[in-house]
Amino acid sequence: MPRRIVVGIRGVGHRVIDSIWRLGYASRFFLLTLLKSGTSLRRFGLIIRELYFTGVLSLIIILVSGLFVGMVLGLQGYETLQKYGAESAVGTLVALSLVRELGPVVAALLFASRAGSAITAEIGLMKATEQLAAMEMMAVDPIARVVAPRFWAGVISMPFLAALFSAIGVFGGYLVAVVLIGVDEGSFWSQMQGAVDFRYDIVNGVIKTCVFGVAVTAIAVFEGYDASPTAEGVSGATTRTVVTSSLAILGLDFVLTSFMFRGMS
Amino acid sequence: MQRTVMDLWVGLFVMIGIGALLVLALKVGNLGTYSADQSYTLIGHFENIGGLKVRAPVKSAGVVVGRVTDIQFNTENFDAAVTMSIDSRYQFPKDTFASILTAGLIGEQYIGLAAGGDETALKNGDKIMKTNSALVLEDMIGRFLFNKASEGDGNGNDDKK
Repeated sequence: MPRRIVVGIRGVGHRVIDSIWRLGYASRFFLLTLLKSGTSLRRFGLIIRELYFTGVLSLIIILVSGLFVGMVLGLQGYETLQKYGAESAVGTLVALSLVRELGPVVAALLFASRAGSAITAEIGLMKATEQLAAMEMMAVDPIARVVAPRFWAGVISMPFLAALFSAIGVFGGYLVAVVLIGVDEGSFWSQMQGAVDFRYDIVNGVIKTCVFGVAVTAIAVFEGYDASPTAEGVSGATTRTVVTSSLAILGLDFVLTSFMFRGMS
Repeated sequence: MQRTVMDLWVGLFVMIGIGALLVLALKVGNLGTYSADQSYTLIGHFENIGGLKVRAPVKSAGVVVGRVTDIQFNTENFDAAVTMSIDSRYQFPKDTFASILTAGLIGEQYIGLAAGGDETALKNGDKIMKTNSALVLEDMIGRFLFNKASEGDGNGNDDKK
């Protein structure tokens, strides 16, 4: 019996040490990516190619979901606010919830599952088919040539995607509240403009998206680079990317929100 | 895919991304309606500011002319010193009346400026002399009850006589 307890404790210790080692490996890899991104920043064509795959091809899902999220917000907000006779505040509700929270968070979640998983699968397959090893043989650094451009493309496209999500969401709220239901257009916009502060709400939202962009793409490229070079390993790495980056987005969002929107009106 | 086509798409993507940010800043946010670049500050001392908060609007005739930038407790007279930044397009006479009002029944509180008839205008850093405190619901109810009670008392005395 005591032997079993010892084995159990040993198992816990093994897991803790393993996960800390992995965290350290991921941080070292992140630093290495930053250090070696000089080449890709100088050859900007590499980043533009990746921007097409991570940014432009994510546009459809971001725009459609943004529109529907905004429309649902408009509908639900109107439903509740009209009980208090404050239906013209529906613009404020839609804009504030999109700009502060839903825009950055939902866009980042979609981005993680649309682009993050693709990055992981691509790099993981490159590793499984020994393309990365072949690059090393040709004295081409795979981190500088493959990882860094994908990382920077993700970091650049994330704020734009989130801004588009919020903008189209506000438009969706406008469609439902003003065009469909018939809330007064003037008070819809003016109450929104009165409540949404540029510095306090919009800039903070953009800061959030930048943080999420770095987190999602760093996790995606690391999981791809770290994947075991088998079909099973690549599929496991892709799953881990989506799960880990979704949890990271939600956790980071709480931390950032508690720093940004604390004790203010 | 051809390089030029990809460049075109990425260029379009970045441009509509920046466009969305601009729309958020100008149409959704308050950057287009009020700029703090050209403004002057006024200070008002209020006995009670109620629920007034920093960044609350300052309105005159219903138009937003500025924002509350700072609220401090003043230990000299034990009142609240409210600093507001007013758009310099709008000048107010010296005897302007500042009062704390509420938008709607449960709406946010703001400062309303009612212009007087003085010839000279308020300058940067000036103090607004005439102020009116916020209406605090408890005070109002208390006064109302007190009035009612004294009314009832008076009637009772009249009946006796």
